[in-house]
Amino acid sequence: MSLVLKNISLPLSDFRLEVSAEVRSPIITVVFGPSGAGKTSLLDLVAGLRRPESAYIELGGGVLTDTANQIFVPTRRRGIGYVPQDLALFPHLSVGQNLLYGHKPGTTEPFAFDHIVDLLEIRGLIERGIGQLSGGEKQRVALARALLASPRLLLLDEPLANLDRQLKTKIIPYLARIRDEFRIPVLYVTHDRFETRSLADEIIILIRGRIVQSGPAQDVFRKPATLDVAELLAVGAV
Amino acid sequence: MSSEEWQIVWFTAWVSALSTIVILPFGLALAWVLARFTWPGKSVVETLISLPLVMPPVATGLILLKLFGRRGPIGSFLHDTLHLDVVFTWRGVLIALGVMSFPLLVRSARVAFEEVSPRLEQIARTLGASDARVFFTVTAPLAMRGILGGMILSFARALGEFGATIMIAGNIPGQTSTLSLSIFQSVQLGQDADAFRLLGISTALAFVAVWTSEWLMRRKRTFK
Repeated sequence: MSLVLKNISLPLSDFRLEVSAEVRSPIITVVFGPSGAGKTSLLDLVAGLRRPESAYIELGGGVLTDTANQIFVPTRRRGIGYVPQDLALFPHLSVGQNLLYGHKPGTTEPFAFDHIVDLLEIRGLIERGIGQLSGGEKQRVALARALLASPRLLLLDEPLANLDRQLKTKIIPYLARIRDEFRIPVLYVTHDRFETRSLADEIIILIRGRIVQSGPAQDVFRKPATLDVAELLAVGAV
Repeated sequence: MSSEEWQIVWFTAWVSALSTIVILPFGLALAWVLARFTWPGKSVVETLISLPLVMPPVATGLILLKLFGRRGPIGSFLHDTLHLDVVFTWRGVLIALGVMSFPLLVRSARVAFEEVSPRLEQIARTLGASDARVFFTVTAPLAMRGILGGMILSFARALGEFGATIMIAGNIPGQTSTLSLSIFQSVQLGQDADAFRLLGISTALAFVAVWTSEWLMRRKRTFK
């Protein structure tokens, strides 16, 4: 399964998002860049939550968006899991109801209910209300809810942004487990170096709407293409 | 209280409740559109919706009379095709109450919809939910306090309607007489005791309705 992004163009407030890239599975591709670089807008375009000026987006060989041929698959039919920065858990529903919102009964492994609930260790939370969860628990519930809808691609928008380093260290192994268990491509947006170093298989560096460098994480950390990238990743000079 | 007075109270309460129920789907749809979309000329629509709040109710009633009279564009259609008369019937009361209370429902529901994060609706769509399912399982439940508050305010406004009602429905005892119209008539006839009894009932109904609405609006969301 791979996600192909070609000639994406979307005007933002003071620059234009222009991206072409390919995301493969089973790897975590971290979209890394400063705040306001267009990272969330990119995820919204992939999920079909925004319409681009022009774009060709393909997932697993099926076209999701093709402005040239006026193709736009609606969000609910894309089969893309999305965990936004604020997690967007439904506050009026219990944890169990949140988890079942997009889940089809009878789904087989690895997307079976019991399997995901045990994998993320949230069985004990099912009866609780969202307001009774800690930050880390909310994170795992949001991840589980997205996975229970059997996505073909997972979009994670700074999912650990509101957690301290200690909690991040606890959650990161779950994300690695998700990559290994579900074997779907994961597009992970962050501006946090620690998360990038801990999780990235591949990195896309996005600055002011443009990809300034992309490739395997080790290569990008070892050889940042520009001073800006080196500064962002806080590695030695080019 | 006489049986005639009970009939007036009962008629006023049920026609007010019915008008609130009839305007509910239109009011919610309009409130949702106003909360979620922008388009050129939106402010004109917003102004038109609010007009019944600021126009003299008698003027609104006159417009309704012209529209729903047998020679009016809507009234003639209803009469010719469905054999329904509106003017000087309970249907006239229903329409007057609905039109006069519509802006209050739309305003309350709109504020309530605006408070629901669009992100929640978007994420529901990524989970495979249709627009209708998103509305009924995410948007409406989260906006429920405001919707209920708006319904109660609309009901309270309908209970006290006078000007538009008397224009389109008149004040026919046993058919179109509401609490407000009956109070006015009692005063005109010098029947002060009757007027004060009806006044007491209207005050109690209005107090309960507004108090409930305020309570709903101020109550914090108490999700577990």
